[in-house]
Amino acid sequence: MGNFSAVFASLDPKIAEQVDYLIRHIPFAVWETIYTTVLATVLAYVIGLPLGVLLVTGEEEGVRPLPKAVMRLLNVGVNLLRSVPFLILMVLVIPLSRILVGTSVGTKATIVPLVAAAFPFVARLVEGSLREMDKGIVEAAQSMGCSPLQIITKVILPECRPSLLNGFTTAFITILGYGAMAGAIGGGGLGMLALNYGFQRTHYFAMWVAVIVLVLLVQLFQTLGTGFALRSDKRVTRMKKKSRKESGSFPRETE
Amino acid sequence: MIELQKVSKIFPTPDGPFSALKDISLTIPDGSIFGIVGMSGAGKSTLVRCINLLEKPTRGRVRISGLFPDREGEAPDLCEMDPGQLRQARRSISMIFQQFNLLMQRTCLKNICFPMEIAGVPASEAKQKALELLEMVGLPDKAESYPSQLSGGQKQRIAIARALASNPKILLCDEATSALDPNTTRAILRLIQDINKRLGITVVVITHEMAVVEEICTHVAILDHGTLMETGTVESVFSNPQTEAGRRLVYPEGMRIDRLPAANVVRIAFNGGSSYEPLIASLAIDCGVKVNILGADTRNMDGKAFGTMLLGLPEDRAEAGKAMAYLKGRKDLTVEEVRDYHG
Repeated sequence: MGNFSAVFASLDPKIAEQVDYLIRHIPFAVWETIYTTVLATVLAYVIGLPLGVLLVTGEEEGVRPLPKAVMRLLNVGVNLLRSVPFLILMVLVIPLSRILVGTSVGTKATIVPLVAAAFPFVARLVEGSLREMDKGIVEAAQSMGCSPLQIITKVILPECRPSLLNGFTTAFITILGYGAMAGAIGGGGLGMLALNYGFQRTHYFAMWVAVIVLVLLVQLFQTLGTGFALRSDKRVTRMKKKSRKESGSFPRETE
Repeated sequence: MIELQKVSKIFPTPDGPFSALKDISLTIPDGSIFGIVGMSGAGKSTLVRCINLLEKPTRGRVRISGLFPDREGEAPDLCEMDPGQLRQARRSISMIFQQFNLLMQRTCLKNICFPMEIAGVPASEAKQKALELLEMVGLPDKAESYPSQLSGGQKQRIAIARALASNPKILLCDEATSALDPNTTRAILRLIQDINKRLGITVVVITHEMAVVEEICTHVAILDHGTLMETGTVESVFSNPQTEAGRRLVYPEGMRIDRLPAANVVRIAFNGGSSYEPLIASLAIDCGVKVNILGADTRNMDGKAFGTMLLGLPEDRAEAGKAMAYLKGRKDLTVEEVRDYHG
């Protein structure tokens, strides 16, 4: 690493200083970014997943219909939260952050606006995934005497797993992006590094490096997420070919 | 026994209420293979879905005896059960579907285990039973395969195994063979027939293909525009359909051959005599009467002849009378004169 900064030092002392700063701060910033994103995503799913399930199963034709008024309230509530721009939401939830985590600045405090912004989004993602569910399979489960809860936990969620995993990746990356914005209220991570040290103090080199690291993280998580989703999907033909090769035989018609 | 009593189903539509089923009363005997046939849109699917209450009848009762063996008295009405009781009842009424409706993310073995899983059967016991069922439907090597790796016929076999996992008393088949090719259809029908015979399960088959009814059913009901047209054993309905809808289904090609000169026209219906016996030739030889075949739609089921034939008798009264007497003397035939024949 020393050699590395020495190379830059020979180019421009201003950049050498930034390189030095980056080497000392990037690992922690990456960790903070991932930590914030993971925690916020998990919490957003804790609220958003059941909410998304309710949005589908509570419908009139759903597995467990809820009163129409309740459904309208849920839908309007989700839309309201989704329509508030994240920068405004961050300011709006400051009092809530004080109550929940005891402070309104810093990494811990950014979790609150992140979750507040992400859970309605997650709910809609989950809703979208569950709407792809083949109604015939749900009906088959009903005909076997499944309770609504059994249908949700044993049929709908497992059958929608690949689509839910894709949604999870989208949510994770979106929250990663929001988290970078949270640098504005003193949330840590790569966002703060790019914004405070980079942009505001005109260390443009450092800013671009932080942005590039963010881009790489997004690429990494997207690839991982898509891979998991594909691997877990038992309907995918690619998997079919692979397992055929493994078992050494093609499925044959026995009829 | 399944007893539908004055079952009606009305769907609200933008153009006003639509009556899918009109006052249907039907008795399905235990151990029978009961075919419900009709053109598309006749309401057959709605009717079968009323049996396990996937569709709740707007009016009427659905009584099924023997669902709760420990309970005495009249067969319970499914429409009046609370959700818990209904779920319990549904475990004795399995269903298979045109689109198979297997869980795509579970292996075949886990699919078959599914009904036992929700009924709380211990996992090891369920697995044992599932393996036996795989054997029974002829796919013992597919336990760890996923449904997407199977052909249509194989998927339906897995669906049948899954349907049997809860030890049902009734198996409802909603167009179970309509997505399959003719050979596969035949194999699946054999399997269903085999299950009916070996396990004594009452089978209700919904189909628009008369061939399916011919192949396996013991009883049949004909549905047309939500109304039950006729019902009875397959033999009685096929040999002599009483209604226009019945005739349309049994003889889809139609019976009418217009503008053929004939004075006396009779319709004869075969109800199960040996199809190897050449009737018209016998008539010519035994009575010396030559008849004119104006139209025929007969079919051979298990070596027995079913269907009808339109015969033009000779103009000579004596000869015609001889022929009538001969035909009426045959036990396996029904003869009726056709008055509205447009000759």
